[in-house]
Amino acid sequence: MKLIENVSRQVGGNFSRRGFLQGALASGVFVLGARFIPEPLWAQGETPAPPFEPSLWMSIASDGTVTIVAHRSEMGCGSRTALPLVVADELDADWSKVNIEQALGDPKYGDQDTDGSHSVRSNFDLMRQVGATGRAMLITAAAAQWNVSPKECTTEPHFVVHKSSDRKLGYGEVAAAAAKLPVPKKESVALKQRSEWRYIGKESNALFDLPEIVTGKAIFGMDATMPGMVYAAVEHPPVLGQKIKSYDDKAALKVPGVQKTLTIDTFKPPHQFQPLGGVAVIADNTYAAFKGRKSLKIEWDVKSSPHAVYNSQPFRKTLEATSRQPGKVVRNVGDVDAAFAKGGKIIEAEYYTPHLAHASMEPPVAVAEYRNGKVLAWAPTQNPQAVQETIAGVLGIKKEDVTCHVTLLGGGFGRKSKPDQVAEAAVLSKQLGKPVKVVWSREDDIRFDYFHTVAAMYMKAAVGPDGKPSAWLQRTVYPPIGSTFDASATYALDEMGLGWNNLPFDIPNHRAENGPADFHVRIGWLRSVANVYHAFAIHSFADELAHNANKDSVQYLLDLIGPPRIVKLDLTGDEAEDDKRYPLDTARLRRVVEIAAEKSGWGKRSMGKGCGMGIAAHRSFLTYVATVVEVEVNDRGQVHIPNVWTAVDAGTIVSPDNIRNQFEGAAVFGTSLALFSEITATNGVIDQSNFHNYPITRMNRAPRHIEVHIVESEAPPAGVGEPGLPPVAPAIYNAVFAATGERVRELPLSKTKLG
Amino acid sequence: MIRFKVNGKEKTFDGDPDMPLLWYLRDVAQLTGTKFGCGMSLCGACTVHQNGAAIRSCTTAMKEVGGAEITTIEGIAPMHPVQKAWMEIRVPQCGYCQTGQIMQAIALLKDNKNPSDQDIDTAMSGNLCRCGTYQRIRAAIHQAAKETA
Repeated sequence: MKLIENVSRQVGGNFSRRGFLQGALASGVFVLGARFIPEPLWAQGETPAPPFEPSLWMSIASDGTVTIVAHRSEMGCGSRTALPLVVADELDADWSKVNIEQALGDPKYGDQDTDGSHSVRSNFDLMRQVGATGRAMLITAAAAQWNVSPKECTTEPHFVVHKSSDRKLGYGEVAAAAAKLPVPKKESVALKQRSEWRYIGKESNALFDLPEIVTGKAIFGMDATMPGMVYAAVEHPPVLGQKIKSYDDKAALKVPGVQKTLTIDTFKPPHQFQPLGGVAVIADNTYAAFKGRKSLKIEWDVKSSPHAVYNSQPFRKTLEATSRQPGKVVRNVGDVDAAFAKGGKIIEAEYYTPHLAHASMEPPVAVAEYRNGKVLAWAPTQNPQAVQETIAGVLGIKKEDVTCHVTLLGGGFGRKSKPDQVAEAAVLSKQLGKPVKVVWSREDDIRFDYFHTVAAMYMKAAVGPDGKPSAWLQRTVYPPIGSTFDASATYALDEMGLGWNNLPFDIPNHRAENGPADFHVRIGWLRSVANVYHAFAIHSFADELAHNANKDSVQYLLDLIGPPRIVKLDLTGDEAEDDKRYPLDTARLRRVVEIAAEKSGWGKRSMGKGCGMGIAAHRSFLTYVATVVEVEVNDRGQVHIPNVWTAVDAGTIVSPDNIRNQFEGAAVFGTSLALFSEITATNGVIDQSNFHNYPITRMNRAPRHIEVHIVESEAPPAGVGEPGLPPVAPAIYNAVFAATGERVRELPLSKTKLG
Repeated sequence: MIRFKVNGKEKTFDGDPDMPLLWYLRDVAQLTGTKFGCGMSLCGACTVHQNGAAIRSCTTAMKEVGGAEITTIEGIAPMHPVQKAWMEIRVPQCGYCQTGQIMQAIALLKDNKNPSDQDIDTAMSGNLCRCGTYQRIRAAIHQAAKETA
C-alpha cells in the first residue's frame, strides 16, 4: 500500500505495515504517557501497549530507537519538529536516533488545532516533563543494574553513564528494565537547567522532514492515496448557500475517464465546516474529473440564498458608515468624550482592508473512505479533531468512528483548520462505496475560501501642544468569524483580543469599540487574523500623529508606548489566564523597537529620492515584534523593498533558525497583502480565481534582504508562526509616506496610484 | 500511443492526449514529488525538465511530450548540490513548492554557472512560495553555484 510505505519512509523508520498501522509506539518496550492521566504511566514491557493509545507520547525500542509523537500538524511553522526536540532534550536522547510519529486526531491529546501560534507555548512544559521522566527512569534502571545510587549516574546522549566506574549503558539496553519501574512523581523529577539544554534554543535544529522535502518524498495531503480510490472535483454553488435547481451531466459523462456525477447537499446554516454543496464529477484521475466538471451545466436556485446581494464597493460604504457611529465598547480607559470636549487638535483617519484568500500552495485536498459506518481519512489538516467532528455531524455517525491521519500540509495559514473538503470526500465515499480523493483546483481554493474578513477602522485622537494624544478612540467594523458558527453573529468576539482590546500606549483616555456587520461569504482565520487590520490602522495612525507632531517616528512610537510597565488589561476567560503568565510588558515592546531601529540605522542613513523608512511594533500571540521597512518608490510609483529589519522577543525559543525563517516569511506574506492581494465580490460571486488576478509576492518583488534579530529571553515561550505579520503592512505604508508624502489608508497599495 | 522517457525509463501513454503531464506523473506514474499548484503555469510547483529545460507540467499536454526525456525530482540523484544547498541553508518551511523551486534552480545552474541576483530573480520569479522563503532560495542557489564551480 503506497501511502503506508511512503509515510513510513516519511517518519524515517523501517516500520513494517503492521508496525505503522498499530503505531510505532506499540512496538516500543518502554512507553511513556502523560497529561490526561493523573500521573505518567509506564506500559509494561511485556504487555504491548494498545494500538494508537492516545495518551502515549514516546517510546524506546530495544535497539535504542526513540519514537516521539507529534500531535500538532506541520504546515511549515516547525511544530512537528519543535515539540519532539523538547522531549529529546530532556530525555537526553541522540536526535539522530529519534523518529517522529504523527498522531491521529484524538481528543485525548488535548487540543490539536494547530493555530493561534500556540503549539510550543501550550505544550513546552508537558514535553519537558515527558522527556525528563523518561531520563530519570532510565537512570534508575541502569543504576540498579550497576548496583549504585542513581545520584551517582548521569547521562550523555542516548547513554546512562556512571563516571566513577567508567561504565555506560545505552538507552535501548535499559529500556525494558526501566519500563518495569514505578513512575516517579512529577515533583521528584528534575528538569535540566537551561545551560544543560542540547537542543532547545540551538542553531543546529533543522526541520525533521527536510531530507524528504528536498527529495520529493515528503507526503502532503495532495500525495495521499488509498487502494481503489477514485478522484472527485466538485462544482460548488457560486454564491454561498445556493442550492441546485437542475443539472445536465451528459457532456461531462462523455469525457474519457469520467465515471459518474453525484450531488452534495448544500449545508444547512450556519455553514460551520460543512460541505458547500454542489455537483461532484467522479473520475479515474484528477484531470478527467477537472475536465468533466467544465462540461457540467448547472442551474442554481438563485432564490435559495440571501448572499447574491454582496457587492464589495457598496459594502465598503456600509462598513465605513457603521464605523462612524458609536459601537460596542470593548475597552475603556479614562473618559475619551470629556477629553475630546476639552478641545485641542482633533485628528481623524479611516482605514480599509479587503478580504484575503489564504492561497496556500497546496489547495484543499483529502482522501476518505466510508465503510460499515466508519470513516478513514487522510488529510492535510490543522485540526484532525475537527475532521472527526465535522464528518460525524454530516454523516450522522459517532466521531470516535472517524479516523483521521494527518499528512504534511502544503501551507495552512488558518485555511486548513476548516475541514470542509474532507467532509466532501467522506460524503462522496458513502455514496460510492469506495475511497474518494477530492481535489480542489486553485480556482476553488480562491473562490470558496474561508476568507480573511473585510474591515473598516475609524480612528480619532485629541493631541496637545506636545503632539501627544490626550485621547484616542478606535472603532473597528467587519463581518466576524463568529458568523461561520452563528449566522446571526454581527459583532466580533475573539478578534478583540487580537490587537484591539490591548493597546499598549500610554494615553490617559482611550476607548476601543466594535460595530456590527453582516457576512455574505465564509469568514475565517488567516495568519495573525484580526491583528492584520488592527495593526494596520493603529500603526498607520500612530505614524500620522508622529508626522503631525513633527517628531521622529521611532521616538514618537516610544513616547506613545511610554515608560516600562505592565499594562493593566480588563480581560476575561482565556485572555485573562494568558495575561497572568504573559503580562503585557512595555519594557519588552520598547526593547524590540529600539533593536529594530538600531539595526536599521534609523535616523543615521541618508535616504535618496523616492526612498524612505517606516516602523511598526505590535505584540500578538504574546510575542513582541518591531519591524522597520525601507522602500524605494520608482518614477512609475512602483514600490520595491530593499530591506526589512525585524526584532522579536518570543520568550524562550526552541529553534532560532526556524524562527528567523518564520519572520522572513512573514515579511514576504506581509508584502503580498500590503502591495498586491485583494478579494472582491460581485453579486455574491468572488471576482478572483487564480494567481493572475489574486497576485501574491514573487521573488522579484519580495523584500531583497530581511534581517531577523531574536531577543534572548527566559520568559515563557510565546508564538512565532503568526506574530511576524501584523507590523509589516503598516511599516511598509509608513515607509511609503516617508518616501513620497502620500498617506495611503487602504490595502493593497496596487489599487492606488502607488504599488 | 505516445512514447517518451521519464527519469530514464521508457514509457508509453494511450490515454487522453490532452491530459497535462502533471496528472500523468502524479496519478498514473505515481511520481508525487511534482506538485499541483495552479494549473495555469502561474506558480511553478509542477516544474519538471523536458530534455533538460524547466517546463511547467501542468500546461504541457501529453501529446507534446512524444519522444521527450522527462526528468522529475525523483530522477535527480540525491543529494544534488542544489538539494544539499537547500538543506544547508534550511530553505523550506512547509516544503510544498520546494521540489518545483529545486527543479527550476537546477535548470538555471545548468545554463548559468554563476548567476547574479538579477539572473536568479529572472529565472525564479515564476515559482511562488507562499511561506516566503525567497531570500533563502536565492542564498541556496548562490551556494550551489559556488559548490559546483
